[in-house]
Amino acid sequence: MLILLGANPLVAYSALLEGAFGSVNAVADTIVKATPLLLVGIGICIAFRAGVINIGGEGQMVLGGLSSIALGLAFPDAPGIIMIPIALFVGFIAGGLWGGLAGYLKARFNVNEILSTIMLNVIAVQLMNLLLRGPLIQQNQKGAAAIPQTARLSAAFDLPRLVPTRLHLGALIAVLLAVGVYFFLWRTTIGYRIRAVGLNASAARYAGIKVKKYIVLSLMLSGAFSGLAGAIQVYGVNHFMITDGSAASFTGSAGFNGIVAALFGQLHPIGTIPASFLFGALLVGANKLQRMVQVPAALITALNGLVVVFVVSSEIWRRKNARRRAIRELEEKMTDATEEKSPQPEGGG
Amino acid sequence: MTQKQILPSGHPRIDCLEMKGIVKRFPGVLANDHVNFDVNAFEVHALLGENGAGKSTLMKQLYGLYHPDEGQIIFDNEPRLIHSPKDAINLGIGMIHQHFMLVDSLTVAENVALGLPSSRGVLTDLERVTKRICELAEVYGLEVEPDAYIWQLSVGQQQKVEIIKALYRGAALLILDEPTAVLTPQEVDDFFVTLTQMAKEGHALIFISHKLHEVMAFTNRVTVLRDGKNIGTVNTADTSKNLLAEMMVGRPMNFVRNYKTIECGQARLKIKNISALSDRGTPALKNVSLEVCAGEVLGLAGVSGNGQPELAQVIAGLRPSTSGTIVVDDDDISGASPMQVIDKGVAYIPEKRNEDGLIKEFSVSENLIMRDLDQKIYSTRTFLNMSNIEKRSAELVTTFNVKTPSVDTPIKNLSGGNAQKVILAREISRQPRVLIAAQPTRGVDIGATEYIHERIIEQREAGTATLLISEDLDEIFALADRIAVIFHGEIMGVVDRKDATFQSIGLMMAGETVHQE
Repeated sequence: MLILLGANPLVAYSALLEGAFGSVNAVADTIVKATPLLLVGIGICIAFRAGVINIGGEGQMVLGGLSSIALGLAFPDAPGIIMIPIALFVGFIAGGLWGGLAGYLKARFNVNEILSTIMLNVIAVQLMNLLLRGPLIQQNQKGAAAIPQTARLSAAFDLPRLVPTRLHLGALIAVLLAVGVYFFLWRTTIGYRIRAVGLNASAARYAGIKVKKYIVLSLMLSGAFSGLAGAIQVYGVNHFMITDGSAASFTGSAGFNGIVAALFGQLHPIGTIPASFLFGALLVGANKLQRMVQVPAALITALNGLVVVFVVSSEIWRRKNARRRAIRELEEKMTDATEEKSPQPEGGG
Repeated sequence: MTQKQILPSGHPRIDCLEMKGIVKRFPGVLANDHVNFDVNAFEVHALLGENGAGKSTLMKQLYGLYHPDEGQIIFDNEPRLIHSPKDAINLGIGMIHQHFMLVDSLTVAENVALGLPSSRGVLTDLERVTKRICELAEVYGLEVEPDAYIWQLSVGQQQKVEIIKALYRGAALLILDEPTAVLTPQEVDDFFVTLTQMAKEGHALIFISHKLHEVMAFTNRVTVLRDGKNIGTVNTADTSKNLLAEMMVGRPMNFVRNYKTIECGQARLKIKNISALSDRGTPALKNVSLEVCAGEVLGLAGVSGNGQPELAQVIAGLRPSTSGTIVVDDDDISGASPMQVIDKGVAYIPEKRNEDGLIKEFSVSENLIMRDLDQKIYSTRTFLNMSNIEKRSAELVTTFNVKTPSVDTPIKNLSGGNAQKVILAREISRQPRVLIAAQPTRGVDIGATEYIHERIIEQREAGTATLLISEDLDEIFALADRIAVIFHGEIMGVVDRKDATFQSIGLMMAGETVHQE
């Protein structure tokens, strides 16, 4: 593909790598890009584990961003140490409600959550356009030429930097939450029930689990993490909001790429950490690539797609082999024990 | 080569089929270990063995679905290679599968003609087919109506259609894979008449089964497989049920169970006038009333699809009832949630083990805690107590003799019998007041079946009220103290085990009301 575009692939790939990891700043940028992917991704893990598909990360991020910035703009004189946690929490809740709405529609009226979350994305964007043109617009933007953007948040509310780069506290929060979600899914009764509902709803019902309740809860949590991603994007990176009429201008499509990162991480919160980092690197490297070898950064989107296809198919291959191996080992174990019957591949006798 | 005899169906007879030194290996398993097997014309030869003993594997090689690694298949002294079921059919082999291969929305004649070339090219030749079906039906005493739709037929009639289908395709040798599992006792008798007739006409029949009394009743010879080996081939007349069972399992078996008549003042489980709808919204239960005493097993017999799963689900709180009450001791559990029903001490072994009773991707221990998640031993209601879960599951796995590499193994890697033991362990270890056991041994090998039966008896001795729902009359007669029969969602009657016979219960299963004196 690179050759078709007239570029030397080796140069291109080294540019990609250099762009992503070439300097401290590059690595920091990669992590900054990876942060929303990870936050959305761990939310996606929760939803997918419950057997529901949340395509609404974009809208949930927008809601998280809007609600948190509204709060920050309303109280510009509040101390940062108080405002930051509250604002992030508000973003978390707003995203959660937005996701929970899709969950409620599914539980109550059996509305397909894929459709409803996509529709809610559209609504969220229009809500953003409305608010940024109206109540939240910067004071000096007037008349027909007004740019739909908010004022900058008070500098006191900027998320603390971890090292003197663009790297902010959000990344650390995201990693800690990923570990927390892992613990939540595998070490708590709520997590157990969410997974049970996702794997076998009818057995979950038999086990006394209120299936609908857990579907709503999982979409809520999933939305909440996307909402938090939006709030962290505002407080950690942008510090204001501007709209060109699409969600991607704010989210950088993290609401969708987070799904890919989560799938890449095998829907495991811990696995999603390196997966997000990889995609963050691709996104950052793409810009360098564009500058160095004059191929459009859009190529990286295509490249992303290819990577996903290759990794997923190799993953399926690996799993098949692993399964075969596991069965063989099991069979050997069973046949070794003299008294035991040997399992038959065809199942019946 | 001598001229072959022609069967009444118009096809050549197979006088003698031999399978010699058949070896079939699967990765890690020797499924058939130098098995010798033979069957002659005019004979019904039973192939007996537990699940996993290698019966199906052997027969699939005969039918061309698998190819032997070693050994020969010899037809009338001529070795043959069978590459596919098509080859097998051309050689005169027919197979009746346990699950019928019939299209419900087509007629009998259409089903028989399905997949065969028509004498009229692209047009169907159903008149010819119909005529031929009538001829075959007459010769073999198989009454079927060629123009009837499959969905209109009873299971027994559908089986006859399957036999006709095989005969139509020229089967001289028929493999019958657990053919009686789906039939009522009367249908079984009828079916045996048909088979005896076919054997008399010169067909060779291989009867795969694990029901000893059927094998004893009408076969000529029996071959027992265990762990892929031929344990022995004997004349049915020279053996006994107990001997066969011993050959099958490899140790003596105890068949005789005691049953008792219980005088109980107030029943533990009282089901009163319960009605409920099926998933399709049609009435599945009509005014069902049953009482089960503490320390008693009430067997609920019935042919599949007469409301048994619905009744179990209503009791377990998984299906709403449209009328009636269910009371455990003094607690009314009608309309309670599944969780409340569990809390009232009702254990439930669901019929569809893999769909409802287990989460296959979950580990053994995750499945063991499934219905008791909030119990102190397993969690603080929020956080799971991993070390307790691990310890307790290891205990249960040992106590209930579950064969698994570890408690972290996913259930899907366990055999059916072991998976069922996991359910049993979970439900019984709770020390329930009431146990609803629906088809507890379906698809489970004899060893595990015996084990599960022992545990159910143990529960009875411990004072649990058990409702045993089963389509297997052997099981009902082995365990139940009283027997109720359900037909079309109605209870046809309840009789004491000591007054019950296969015949009387069979009649009730077919819908005849028995008037109790």
